Amino acid sequence: MQGTTSFLRHPGPRAGVPLSFGGALKVAGPRIKPGVTVVLLTAFLASPASASTGEAVNPWVALAYLVAGVFFILALRGLSSPSTSRTGNRFGMAGMLIAVATTLITHDIANIVEIGIAIFVGGAFGLVVARRIAMTAMPELVAAFHSLVGLAAVLVGWAAFLNPSAFGIAVPSEMLKFGAENPLAGKLVQPISLIEMGLGVAIGAITFSGSVIAFAKLSGKMSGSPILLPARHVINLGVLAVILALIAFLYFGVGGVHGDTQLHYFIAITVLAFLIGFLLIIPIGGADMPVVVSMLNSYSGWAAAAMGFTLGNTAMIITGALVGSSGAILSYIMCRAMNRSFLSVIAGGFGAESGASGGGGGEQRPYKTGSAEDAAFMLEQAEKVIVIPGYGMAVAQAQHALREMTDVLEEKGIEVKFAIHPVAGRMPGHMNVLLAEASVDYDKVFELEDINSEFAQCDVAFIIGANDVVNPAAKTDKTSPIYGMPVFDVEKAKQVFFIKRSMGGVGYAGVDNDVFYMNQTVMLLADAKKMVEEIVKALD
Amino acid sequence: MDFISILSIFVLACFVGYYVVWSVTPALHTPLMAVTNAISSVIIVGALIASAEAGSDIAKWLGLAGVVLASVNIFGGFAVTERMLAMYKKKEKK
Repeated sequence: MQGTTSFLRHPGPRAGVPLSFGGALKVAGPRIKPGVTVVLLTAFLASPASASTGEAVNPWVALAYLVAGVFFILALRGLSSPSTSRTGNRFGMAGMLIAVATTLITHDIANIVEIGIAIFVGGAFGLVVARRIAMTAMPELVAAFHSLVGLAAVLVGWAAFLNPSAFGIAVPSEMLKFGAENPLAGKLVQPISLIEMGLGVAIGAITFSGSVIAFAKLSGKMSGSPILLPARHVINLGVLAVILALIAFLYFGVGGVHGDTQLHYFIAITVLAFLIGFLLIIPIGGADMPVVVSMLNSYSGWAAAAMGFTLGNTAMIITGALVGSSGAILSYIMCRAMNRSFLSVIAGGFGAESGASGGGGGEQRPYKTGSAEDAAFMLEQAEKVIVIPGYGMAVAQAQHALREMTDVLEEKGIEVKFAIHPVAGRMPGHMNVLLAEASVDYDKVFELEDINSEFAQCDVAFIIGANDVVNPAAKTDKTSPIYGMPVFDVEKAKQVFFIKRSMGGVGYAGVDNDVFYMNQTVMLLADAKKMVEEIVKALD
Repeated sequence: MDFISILSIFVLACFVGYYVVWSVTPALHTPLMAVTNAISSVIIVGALIASAEAGSDIAKWLGLAGVVLASVNIFGGFAVTERMLAMYKKKEKK
């Protein structure tokens, strides 16, 4: 580090001059302001942690964070099967405990009481919410939790920006002229850390505001229909470009190093990122929320990873990478299940334009309706029944009644299976959780590709609150907005029961469904829960 | 650690994440989201550092606020995952 000397061109700040350092990095700064100019020849890839504090990183501490990171990997690994999943979750908790304990032990805690109170308040609130929340409300809970991670990332980024020496990311004082005497000592952030923090704060802020909108849409506090601003793509791309430019400005020291200029850049990045998160999510409709929630999941990971780079903390980096890829993969699975590109989902507007065209076809076609008794009679005659649950089941909270119906049917020797589409519900795996809540054996629950061939042999396809995922238009009608989406082959079943609240609504894609009008289809127009309860009664 | 070692860890962790997540059964995707949510709150480490060290009052309070938010997520996230996973049981009688 001897060669990386730097100097102040001006003989230091005058006494009484407020700390507005209009400096610039000589290396890349295009505009070097006169005045207090700090020239740093530090290698940009210099280590953040060890160089500035001077103390070597304790290998045991690094090891502890690594163990925490590995435990997080094991936590996800456990989820490969329901039988190992709880052990996995314990690994996650242990990893978190190690990470937090290591941090607390290795830092001089000036205010342990306040920190204790903060953890207690947050933890108590989290536990109460986790215990009280209804399983059907899980998507909005997850969205709300994402927003907290995002906001926490923003706060940490800001704290690091305001107090870089605490994070070991300050420019080492020996690189400044006058060393520690220099009033800038401990206040200048290393350029590479500025990038990481800038990205961390920006992604965190996007995660926060995006998740808040997703939460509002999922919980019905805001209309689920897309809100389309004119020229929204231009606006969004423009704002993103400005954010990236500002981060580059920070790195290259455009307009000065630290002081008001950097502060203003940082404020601008934060505000714009909050704005873009909001703008990105409002045009996306309710049906695309599974993708959005997964995407925000991914973002919260990248935000954590960015802050992990700043702190040189392996636990944070590993976690960030895990969560980031997890969310990305889930978004990909959701998009594939809808046969739509990720970009078209993110661009938004789905359901708005197509709603108009789908409803416009308005000719009335005949359909059959039936009663609970009819359904019960047919179900009793069947040998094999496949149940297809959808978001409507979640809304009506019909999962428990559905399980009762399954039990009764099984007692009569009828085989009942559940078929779950990847995008059923409002988040990945939403239906699985609800069925598990109603203690449906997970061996009876099948994914789309595993069960789709069985419809030809099944006597009754029982559709409850699903719609688009059984629409044959996805296979036949090239003009349909859902064309190409993999769907269940319910038309091959001998008999179809379709529980729906009314004939009015036509799914979230806004497309009419030929299944309604098929010969073997009987529409059961009622609240899903009431209808299933009546069927159970009729079965007895 | 220098930037390149950190980057190496990050890139390798992305690959680990990729393979581990693909092996997660689709039935557990909701718990996966809940638990990734909980572990991404490891960002609490940064919040703790900020609130632990003297030097800047604003940074301390930002850090403390971060600790509160991350704690909500850690406790809430793990608890809700645990609650969900407890429901995935095979029925004994059959």
